[in-house]
Amino acid sequence: MSSPRKLRSGGTDAAAAGHAARLIGWRKTSETVRIYATVAAGSMIGGVLRALVSLASDALWGSGFPFGTLLVNIVGSFLIGFYATLTGPEGRVFASPLQRQFFMAGFCGGLTTFSAFSLETLILAQGGELVVAGLNIAISVVAWLAAVWLGHIFAMRLNRLRGSGQ
Amino acid sequence: MYHLLLVCLGGAIGAMARFFLSGFIARRVGETFPWGTMVVNVSGAFAIGVIAHAVARDGMPGIWAFAVTGCLGCYTTVSSFSLQTLALAREGEWLRAGGNVLLSVVLSLGGVTLGFAAGSLLIGNGAL
Repeated sequence: MSSPRKLRSGGTDAAAAGHAARLIGWRKTSETVRIYATVAAGSMIGGVLRALVSLASDALWGSGFPFGTLLVNIVGSFLIGFYATLTGPEGRVFASPLQRQFFMAGFCGGLTTFSAFSLETLILAQGGELVVAGLNIAISVVAWLAAVWLGHIFAMRLNRLRGSGQ
Repeated sequence: MYHLLLVCLGGAIGAMARFFLSGFIARRVGETFPWGTMVVNVSGAFAIGVIAHAVARDGMPGIWAFAVTGCLGCYTTVSSFSLQTLALAREGEWLRAGGNVLLSVVLSLGGVTLGFAAGSLLIGNGAL
């Protein structure tokens, strides 16, 4: 009498476990989709902004020196340094992991670009403008790192203001 | 407006590819050194070299907007590179921080040059 009961309860356990596993799997999948969609959305905004800045820079300063790329990379570096520290473990502003992915991996990642910097440097070098190409490399690297550091310092100051979370 | 839409579309694809690849490499190799970002930036530089050769900027502005400004622009990143270099420097890992800067710049410029050369081999002499 007990064996069919055992079997039946074993069957429901297995069914329940399978259901739970499917639920966890589905939740994981939907979470992954949400993260990717968030990163993509942030990056679309950053990318369009970069395209517009690049157009404006060509119109304002001509295409002799890639000011547009330099500008977006500096701004993106400053913003990621500022935001990462402001919303970090000791930051005064709370941001959910998804919000951080949206802004850092998405928006800042889309706004900044290493490939355009490389290509523009190559084009300058191929055009015989080796000094300008070298200057572009030196100015870019120094400015990016200075910007991310400044952003970090700026956020640290804010974090210390009146104690965090106030 | 149409071109901005193409930038959007390419950007979504590029960003997701970057997110996947840099995360995958970071999980595999560990996060003591930002190999993920470097692989993304170097491969993106190579790809932009090939495409720059294939697509004359003024000849096919639609493809340029989608593939270069959108896709590769959002695929590669300076912000993560800067943040990761700052993190290494703040931990006192100056050698790693300096190595990351030097390797990233040298390999990316090497990548775009190589990509451009590969493009001219594969596609013939296109105008830049």
